[in-house]
Amino acid sequence: MALVTKAGRPPSALRAAWRSTIGKKTVMAVSGLVMLGFLVAHVAGNLKVFFGSEEFNAYGHWLRTVGAPVLHHGWALWALRLVLLAAVAAHGVSAYQLSRRAARARPTGYVHRRARTGYATRTMRWGGVILLLFLVWHILDLTTGTAHPGGFEQGRPYQNVVDTFSTWYGNAVYLLAMGAVGLHVRHGLWSAAQTLGAGSPARDRALRAAADATALVLTAGFVSVPVAVMTGVVS
Amino acid sequence: MRLTLRVWRQRDAGAEGAMATYTVDGALPDMSFLELLDTLNEDLLLRGEDPVAFDHDCREGICGACSMVINGEPHGPERTTACQLHLRSFRDGDTIDVEPWRAAAFPVVRDLVVDRSALDRIIQAGGYISVPTGSAPEAHATPVAKPDADRAFEHAECIGCGACVAACPNGSAMLFTSAKVNHLNVLPQGAPERETRVLGMVAAMDEEGFGGCTLAGECATACPKGIPLPSIAAMNREWLRAARRTAG
Amino acid sequence: MTDPDHRGHPDYRDFTTGEPLADTKAPGGPIAERWARRRFEARLVNPANRRGHTVIVVGTGLAGASAGATLAEQGYRVVQFCYQDSPRRAHSIAAQGGINAAKNYRNDGDSVRRLFHDTVKGGDFRARESNVHRLAEISVEIIDQCVAQGVPFAREYGGLLDTRSFGGVQVSRTFYARGQTGQQLLLGAYQALSRGIAAGAVEMYPRTEMLDLIVADGRARGIVARDLVTGRISTHLADAVVLATGGYGNVFRLSTNAVNSNATAVWRAHRRGAYFANPCFTQIHPTCIPRSGDHQSKLTLMSESLRNDGRIWVPRGPGDGRPPREIPEQDRDYYLERLYPAFGNLVPRDIASRAAKRVCDEGRGVGPGGQGVYLDFADALARMGRDRVAEKYGNLFEMYQRITAEDPYEVPMRIYPAVHYTMGGLWVDYDLQTTVPGLFALGEANFSDHGANRLGASALMQGLADGYFVLPPALNDYLARSPRAAGLDADHPAVAGALAETRDRLHLLLSIGGDRTPDSFHRELGEVMWEHCGMARSAAGLREALRRIPAVREEFWRRVRVPGTGEEFNQSLEKANRVADYLELAELMCLDALHREESCGGHFREESQTADGEAARRDGDFSYAAAWEFTGTGLPPVLHKEHLVFENVHPTQRSYA
Repeated sequence: MALVTKAGRPPSALRAAWRSTIGKKTVMAVSGLVMLGFLVAHVAGNLKVFFGSEEFNAYGHWLRTVGAPVLHHGWALWALRLVLLAAVAAHGVSAYQLSRRAARARPTGYVHRRARTGYATRTMRWGGVILLLFLVWHILDLTTGTAHPGGFEQGRPYQNVVDTFSTWYGNAVYLLAMGAVGLHVRHGLWSAAQTLGAGSPARDRALRAAADATALVLTAGFVSVPVAVMTGVVS
Repeated sequence: MRLTLRVWRQRDAGAEGAMATYTVDGALPDMSFLELLDTLNEDLLLRGEDPVAFDHDCREGICGACSMVINGEPHGPERTTACQLHLRSFRDGDTIDVEPWRAAAFPVVRDLVVDRSALDRIIQAGGYISVPTGSAPEAHATPVAKPDADRAFEHAECIGCGACVAACPNGSAMLFTSAKVNHLNVLPQGAPERETRVLGMVAAMDEEGFGGCTLAGECATACPKGIPLPSIAAMNREWLRAARRTAG
Repeated sequence: MTDPDHRGHPDYRDFTTGEPLADTKAPGGPIAERWARRRFEARLVNPANRRGHTVIVVGTGLAGASAGATLAEQGYRVVQFCYQDSPRRAHSIAAQGGINAAKNYRNDGDSVRRLFHDTVKGGDFRARESNVHRLAEISVEIIDQCVAQGVPFAREYGGLLDTRSFGGVQVSRTFYARGQTGQQLLLGAYQALSRGIAAGAVEMYPRTEMLDLIVADGRARGIVARDLVTGRISTHLADAVVLATGGYGNVFRLSTNAVNSNATAVWRAHRRGAYFANPCFTQIHPTCIPRSGDHQSKLTLMSESLRNDGRIWVPRGPGDGRPPREIPEQDRDYYLERLYPAFGNLVPRDIASRAAKRVCDEGRGVGPGGQGVYLDFADALARMGRDRVAEKYGNLFEMYQRITAEDPYEVPMRIYPAVHYTMGGLWVDYDLQTTVPGLFALGEANFSDHGANRLGASALMQGLADGYFVLPPALNDYLARSPRAAGLDADHPAVAGALAETRDRLHLLLSIGGDRTPDSFHRELGEVMWEHCGMARSAAGLREALRRIPAVREEFWRRVRVPGTGEEFNQSLEKANRVADYLELAELMCLDALHREESCGGHFREESQTADGEAARRDGDFSYAAAWEFTGTGLPPVLHKEHLVFENVHPTQRSYA
């Protein structure tokens, strides 16, 4: 007599996957990588600021006309924005649900507390929240201009950037956020590799080094702009 | 040695618990940590107090029964089980905090004793190879490459103590689950149930109320048998593969 | 009901001899055909009818887990119990060395017949030939089964299984998984059991301890068990009961057994009518880490493979307090090499153990309390180099260092013998059925296959053979032949009676309110047993033990203190109840040792030795298994002899001189 241990297949593999903690982690990893890809492109664009306002503004203009004449003005950019918005939403929702789950799984802490894990690992959740808040400010500041110091001019990004980084709080907020980006990417990239199954004992050192390097280059690239404005290299 | 113990006391699952302070005189460096608790308990018994309940059995580091967080670390400061931790790892006059495993999936039974049956239910969800007695082929019919056999063994060493869960800030059982998934999935004998195993065990793990993994790495640091952190990545790989296959 | 006071009863030593016992299930004919014949003759239960039969299995070690899993696969409704919080923690998990199987993969002349031969001889001709031959036959199937389950045995580079020779055997037939063979085999069986649980075919009760057997209308029909978390005592009824509850080495308190391993299930079954066979056959293992003080709660075994390269010695003169490295060669006594030049440090376990005791008794022991001898790797390190020694023994050295804080690369290890395994147990016939119909005993809990001494790497083999392969057809036969059992309910006097007795007994333990802890009695008993019923036994010593044990027992029931109530998680109550049973079983062990006026295997009587101090077996008088029938606590039991017949292996006196 055979033992029957397996019930029928669950109704939907996709639903089951999304319900699973590993499924949610996969969503976080993939959406995180999408955003990381964007950040790499973003920092490369930012560095154009060092080649003068004309080149920088032209780059800004190109972003709106890319894909023409097939695409209407700004469509490519909007498509990118929608993808990013979806990534941010997926990343955020998964992160929120997993955090709630973790809190429920460990409702009681230890009386004897001690230092745990690395700084980057511990700050993933609050770092993520800081980045989300920064993102809102960043868009209001340099995309819509709503919260921009001085006169915001559509199509003149070079001047807008200089304006922002000419205020102390603009610099402070930006530097803090870029620090958070670095820490977040440092653990996030390595973690995504593990979630997607790329980790192995042999590859672990290489993966950690790659994550560290990416985080460092990214942060340095972003930070170089306000530093340049502050020191007068860019004005 | 004179040691002060601050021990979590809780009458049963429903009761409130608190730390209670005891002093043990005449402890010896060669005593195991559990023998220190034995000494305390003999004292308590003669004083008419309830002894401290704690799980223990083989006392040679293999059964996985002992389960206590000592000074904030599962099984204490050495990379071994509490039964193999000796007092020479402490100094005369030390104050030592002893607490039960903390996780929603491990409710406290009494004092330092918790209910770890959730781990058994994860195994029941697929942590086996279906081979009814008598139906096995000749053992040498399927050679297993030595690296695969060694890898299977490395993961099969898990003693199911639950220190990984106790250490994890998310109360996750990923390291435990990955140890069994990797043990069986790396072997040719385990291949036919490779997908159902990982999907079933991960689903059971989630159902039991364990948290998700944030790769904090505390589990691997606490594991007395040295199950490595990349085991989790290997299980993720198996899970993704299985999810793709069952979806497609 | 336990009667705490037995003064005035007849002397326990005045046992009577009853009817001889015969194994009626053992098939005749050529030895190699008996197992096949028995399987053919055993009746079957229709697969469709099996679900209607409930079988209780107590214990989840190798024997219990393999039995539960297999019976569930066959369609029986299995209800299984273990006192641990998970079935995965049974003490089989701690077995280190390996498992024997007559696969002859090495082409080194091994065969079923040779394994059979070695095991009968190793058991010093006190085991049944039929059983041992069956064990040897099944050994090969066990390896197949375990490999298919995913047990990660050691393999060679070609991908095939590795084997090694073990315990002085001349063929390489031991399969192993580093030093954790027991763990890996147990996890295999546990996983098979888990599959049965998931399928709903096994109802598993962890943290539940069997406290009594229910015998109704002459048949085993259930157990009384206590939920260790809530304290609830309840009855569980079935058509058959299987005990796979391990050995009774913890009667000695200090042993290599798990601290909670206990004899309650087998002892309660004995009190309900199951005969207890050869209780004095206990195995003392020579290479354990010595105790470091009175706080010691258990002893840790180190693989005896250490004796392959280590040299055992003690100082030549008594009371030599010098550190070992400062004792020059001429002041050292390599006593095994001196006494047994042919075998040297590799003499069998019992000889090595007794020799260690002798030198320690002479005041030449080393370490705390003088209870230890050196196991020195200095020569091996010089000959093989540190790397090679580390490769072979590194994990053992590490374990030793963790426990003792001494570095065996620098200072010789200290070792001392410790109680390790009990060959005796419930008497069973060829079908593993006890003298109570419907009650079966498996693995270390029975007495059947190892005679007076168990060979290394044979315990795992026997546990799995019993559970996977021997029990299932035997159980079919029993259920098929038994008239359909009448429905049994809680009101049946046998059920209600057993339940009430258990409640009364625990209530009594809780109500004494004395001034001594349960462990203090266990300690006292252990000292008596180790002193008088340990490695070497004498009539005078055993009589002394038989005088003291009832006194300790009497004091126990007067002065023990058990805190708390029975309606909660109460480890003191668990312990006290186990100690109460040890206090009865110990007496039977001493009586059995006293009555067996010969030396054989692990049982050494000082009165029965050759001129050069070797064990002298007396086949003419003692070629039988001694099965004892219970008559009352502290009352003289009845001895039933099962005479042993050796048609295939001719009894010889062993000699290692």
